[in-house]
Amino acid sequence: MSEPLDELYREIIMDHYHSPRGAKKLDNPDISNEGKNPSCGDEIEVALKVGDKTIDDVSVACKGCAISVASGSMLAEAIKGKSLEEVKKIASTVREMLKGNQVELSEEMGDLEVLRSVNKFPVRVKCALLSWTTLIDCLESLENEKKTKTSTTE
Amino acid sequence: MDGIIQPIIVEGNKIDPNIIRRDFPILNRQINGHRLVYLDNAATTQKPSSVINAMDEYYRFHNANVHRGLHTLAEEATTAYESTRAKIAEFIGGVKPSEIIYTRGTTESINLVAQSWGRANVGPHDRIVITQMEHHANLVPWLMLAKRAHAELEYIPINAEGYLNLDNIDTIINGNTKIVAVTQMSNVLGTINPVDRIIDRAHKVGAVVLVDGAQAVPHLPVNVKSLDADFYVFSAHKMLGPTGLGVLYGKERLLEEMEPIEFGGEMISRVQFDSAEWNILPYKFEAGTPHIAGAYGFGPALDYLTKLGMEAIRNHEIELTSYALEKLHELKYVKIFGPLDENQRGGVISFKVKDIHPHDLATVLDSYGIAVRAGHHCAQPLTNLLGEISTTRASLYIYNNKDDVDELVKGLIEARRYFGRV
Repeated sequence: MSEPLDELYREIIMDHYHSPRGAKKLDNPDISNEGKNPSCGDEIEVALKVGDKTIDDVSVACKGCAISVASGSMLAEAIKGKSLEEVKKIASTVREMLKGNQVELSEEMGDLEVLRSVNKFPVRVKCALLSWTTLIDCLESLENEKKTKTSTTE
Repeated sequence: MDGIIQPIIVEGNKIDPNIIRRDFPILNRQINGHRLVYLDNAATTQKPSSVINAMDEYYRFHNANVHRGLHTLAEEATTAYESTRAKIAEFIGGVKPSEIIYTRGTTESINLVAQSWGRANVGPHDRIVITQMEHHANLVPWLMLAKRAHAELEYIPINAEGYLNLDNIDTIINGNTKIVAVTQMSNVLGTINPVDRIIDRAHKVGAVVLVDGAQAVPHLPVNVKSLDADFYVFSAHKMLGPTGLGVLYGKERLLEEMEPIEFGGEMISRVQFDSAEWNILPYKFEAGTPHIAGAYGFGPALDYLTKLGMEAIRNHEIELTSYALEKLHELKYVKIFGPLDENQRGGVISFKVKDIHPHDLATVLDSYGIAVRAGHHCAQPLTNLLGEISTTRASLYIYNNKDDVDELVKGLIEARRYFGRV
């Protein structure tokens, strides 16, 4: 198999795709938000249990391709137990990275670095972005006590 | 036109794709280190040199606005623009050129009919009938019209094999029906619909019929007169021509009654500060400066197809579709949507590969230079009806050969191997 494909479908990504973390929907989330990419049909729901300024639990239910599922699974893994401030920082850093901007990931963000290779497949960036954009919109609604609105990255 | 190699018809009224390929410069491209295998023809087709050259020549040598200049260039541009209109009229069965309205594409053609004819003729309790296999372009305009007019929107259902189920056609197309809009060939399933039967029924109850020919005209011999279609719509870019140019054919009687929906230059005959009168057909519906370069390009596209012959094109596609269906069928993990009888379908083949999402599949195929479409193909209700969110679609045209199908099959085998590795 050709090398460029291996850059996209890294082992970590395939592992998250085959066994996504946080895929079981939370029973009583404090807030949740939907993300949809209508032209490709990907659908995602990010749900959060929010404690004292921390994300106590998270679920990411995703119907989509390997990239969107893996990205959502990595999101769930990366933000659980973190403070809201930390999560906001992680999410915006990942979003900038996926958009191709030069950003350094902190050591604790570790595995998320593998998503950087999605940059080389411009048509797939929106797949990887969907869960993160949905999370960012969700956090904004939480902060401003506004109703959530379906997110999209198309 | 300079530099084109005449396509040769081989025995049995078929075309030879390997000779045709030479006329399409893009087919020499390498994609990700592989030769381009272009199987996304239902989205748009590639263009032969004659089409590319004609558009280039227009801008280099003839550029002028049409119908309103008295100089040589304006005369040349107008002549070419109108001669393409005449070719279109001839191509779809010898209708009057004044019955051919240039639009931006199939979508605009349908919207024009929905907004002009529809708003004038569809009211509360009237019925609009379409089918479950329509492209969004032939669904949403009718949905909007139905809402606005408080009319009913009824769907002719499809069966499990991907054919229209016409068992209840007499109750679906009832006396309240004002218009029926149906695709001649599905852009997802490839199904060729018995539009003649539908037109026959619609005319019995006094309804008019719009046929969406976007996927049919490029691939089948079409005669709108013998079909007795009231409106027939299609796009240039799906039949070797440029993007941004489409066609609305309408029966003169209907077009005469219809009000324009866009106003401005060209579409008027006389304007005063407090009134305006409309130009004659077809100009009444062509406000503003049209896509002149597009008409320059579409002429040679029609010439090319005419030279090959639509029967010969259809024969080639039947043979290649049959080959593709057979090869795909051999792969146990591939599920094909739509009819399996190549005589009742075109070369649009939607499928899914077990355990691989269509987007991932499209990325893997792209790495081998194979271009397919993945998604809901602008027919979301149909895709959902098939129980899917998205599918992969390979669609064939005159320059595709058996090697292209073999490359696709190899790509699918590789994709399965690749995604099965963890």
